[in-house]
Amino acid sequence: MERTTIDLWVGLFVLLGLGAILVLALKVGNLGGVNMSDAYSVRAGFSNIGGLKVRAPVKSAGVVVGRVSDVHFDGERHEAVVILKLDKQYSFSRDTSASIMTSGLLGEQYVALETGGDSAQLKEGDKIKITQSAVVLESLIGQFLYNKAADGGEGK
Amino acid sequence: MFSDNLVEFQNVSFAYGKRPILKGINMTVPRGKVVAIMGGSGCGKTTLLRLIGGQIRPSTGTVVVDEQKVHELDADGLYHMRRRMGMLFQFGALFTDMSVYDNVAFQMREHTDMPESVINDLVLMKLHAVGLRGARDLMPSELSGGMARRVALARAVALDPMLIMYDEPFAGLDPISLGVIGNLIRRLNDALGATSIVVTHDVHESLEIVDYVYFVSDGVIVAHGTPDEMRASDKPFVHQFVHGEEDGPVPFHYPANAYDADLRLGGQHA
Amino acid sequence: MTPICGWAGSMPSRLVKGVERIGHRVIDALWRLGVASRFFVLILLHSGSSFRRIHLVIKELFSTGVLSLIIILVSGLFVGMVLGMQGYDTLQRYGSEEALGVMVALSLVRELGPVVAALLFASRAGSAITAEIGLMKATEQLSAMEMMAVNPIARVVAPRFWAGVISMPLLAAMFSAMGVFGGYLVGVKLIGVDEGSFWSQMQSAVDFHQDILNGIIKSFVFGVAVTAIALFEGYDAPPTAEGVSGATTRTVVTSSLAILALDFMLTAFMFRGEG
Repeated sequence: MERTTIDLWVGLFVLLGLGAILVLALKVGNLGGVNMSDAYSVRAGFSNIGGLKVRAPVKSAGVVVGRVSDVHFDGERHEAVVILKLDKQYSFSRDTSASIMTSGLLGEQYVALETGGDSAQLKEGDKIKITQSAVVLESLIGQFLYNKAADGGEGK
Repeated sequence: MFSDNLVEFQNVSFAYGKRPILKGINMTVPRGKVVAIMGGSGCGKTTLLRLIGGQIRPSTGTVVVDEQKVHELDADGLYHMRRRMGMLFQFGALFTDMSVYDNVAFQMREHTDMPESVINDLVLMKLHAVGLRGARDLMPSELSGGMARRVALARAVALDPMLIMYDEPFAGLDPISLGVIGNLIRRLNDALGATSIVVTHDVHESLEIVDYVYFVSDGVIVAHGTPDEMRASDKPFVHQFVHGEEDGPVPFHYPANAYDADLRLGGQHA
Repeated sequence: MTPICGWAGSMPSRLVKGVERIGHRVIDALWRLGVASRFFVLILLHSGSSFRRIHLVIKELFSTGVLSLIIILVSGLFVGMVLGMQGYDTLQRYGSEEALGVMVALSLVRELGPVVAALLFASRAGSAITAEIGLMKATEQLSAMEMMAVNPIARVVAPRFWAGVISMPLLAAMFSAMGVFGGYLVGVKLIGVDEGSFWSQMQSAVDFHQDILNGIIKSFVFGVAVTAIALFEGYDAPPTAEGVSGATTRTVVTSSLAILALDFMLTAFMFRGEG
C-alpha cells in the first residue's frame, strides 16, 4: 500500500493518544501499583468502620500491601465485615491485628495491619480476630467535651 | 424485444410537494443520438435528468431506461443502472478534496478491481480525450471554469457509459470553451457509441451538435424536431426561444396587477 | 378592522394561531429528530465499508484528529496550570497542599478532560465537518456521487464518523495528560509543593477503572454525539451559503449543549455513591 505523509501524521497522532492514556494509567492512576490479580483475601470484622471505602489502601508499616475489596454489614453479629485483598508476596501471622486509621487529620481512611508473633500464616478466607475500629471524630469530640464538663464539675 | 429507444418518458408528471413541475411528458431518446432538452430557466429540465437517474420518482407515468422502469428498481438495481450512466453536473461538481487524476479515477476505483497501472492508463486516456492530460495533478480549485467542465466530462465518461447526461454544460463558459465542450459532447458520444441527453438553454451552440430537440415550457413539451425544423419553425414559443426575443409566449413581465393600477394612476389618491 | 368586534374576534384567533405555531414547531422538531435518527442508523449500517477501506478513515483522522492537536495540547496545558494555581490557593488554607495532585488529576480525568476537549473538538473539527459536507452538498458533489452509484453515506459520511469517534478519546486523554503536566509545572516547579507527595497522593486517589476508564468512556460518547451532530447538520443543510453557515453555527451550539447534558447524565450514572 502506498504511503503518504498523512499516514505518518495520523500514526503520530494515534501514538500520542495511546501514550497519553498510558501516562494517565501508570503515572496518574494506580494501575502500576499493587497487582491485584495475584492476591489473597482475608476478612476482618469491625464494630465501626467510619468512612472506610472500597479500594481504600491496606498498609503495613506504612507500605501499601493490598486494598479493601468489599465492605458489607453482618446482620447476625451486627458488625461491619471488611474484605481485604492482600498481595501474595506479603504474608502475615494469624494473630495479625487490623485497625482503621486516618492519614492525617482529615485524610482518607485506610486499614493498617500489624503482624503478631504466631508462626502460622494468614491464608485465603481467614478472619482477622484482633481489630480496632475507626476513630470517629464526632464521638471523640463528644467524649472530650464530656470529660471537660466532668472536670469542670469536679473543680467547683 | 430490443427497443430503438434508450430512454422513454410515458405520460410522466412530477410535483415538488404541491407545486407541479412536469405535467404529462412524453419523450423518447433513440439510441446513439444526441438529444437536447431546451427551455427557459426553472422549467423542469433538470428534473427530467433526475428522473432518468432515479434520484426522484415520478408522481404518475413511467420512465424507462434500457427497457427497465427506473422508478421500480430497488437500491441495488438502481446503483447497477447508474454505473452505466454518466452525468455532467451544472458546475462540474468535481470532488474538491481530490486531484483531477483522482476525480477521473474515482469510479474505476469504486466499482472495479482494476490494478492501479490499468487505471493509470485509462485515466490518462480519458484526460487526453478532453485535452487535459497535463493537468492531472492539479486540484479542482486551480482549474478555470472551462477546464473544470472538461475534467467533469472525462469523469462522466470514465466507465464508458451507455447514456451520458449533461446538465447545462454551456452555462457560464467563454465562447472558446463553449465550442470545445460542444465538440467534445458530439465526439465522445460518437466515439463511445453512447446516447447523450443535453439539458441546456444555449440554443445556438446546441443546435449545431444535436440530432433532435425537445422544447419544454411550464412542465409540458411544446415543440420537438430536428435542429433544422426548429430553426425554420414558426411556432411562437420556438421562434421566441431560437431568436432570443424579449417578449412573446414567455412574457417579459412577471404576472402582476395592471401597471397603472399599481402606480395608483387614475385618481385613487382622492 | 372594526373597533367593536376587533378584540372579541382577534383574541381567540390569535390564541389559536399561537398554539398552531407551537404545534408546528414541535412537529418540526420531532420530524428532524426522526430524520436524524434514521441518518444515524444509516451511518452505522454503512460503516462496514469504511473499515474495509481503512485509508478513508485515516485520511479523515488527519483532519479531525491531527489538526485538532495543537489547540487541544495548548488548552490542556493552560487549564492544568490554572487548576494548579487555583487548587493550591484553596488547598493551602486547609494545610493540605500535597493533595494538589489529586485535585488536578481527578478534575481533569473525570470532568475537564473529556468535557473541555469535546467542546474544543466541536468547535474545531465539528464545524469543519459540517461546513465541508454542507459545501459538498451545495456544489452537488454528493449528488454526483450518487449518480456514480456510490453511496455518499458510505463513502463520505461514515469514514468521518469513525474518525471523529476514534480521535475524541485520544484527544481527551492528551488533554488530561497535558493538564496534569501543567498542574505539575505550576504546583511543583513554580510553587514548590513536594514532588513526591504530589504524585503519590495522585496515584493512590485516582483509580484506573473508576476514574480514567470512565473518563475515556465519556469522551467516546461525546465523540459519537459531536460527530453525528456535525455530520447530520452538514448533510441536512440547505444547499446555499446561508444554509451552510447556519448549519455550522447549529453544530457548535447543539453539540455543546449535548456534551453538557450527556456529561450530567453520565456522571450521575458513573459516580453515583462513589467516593
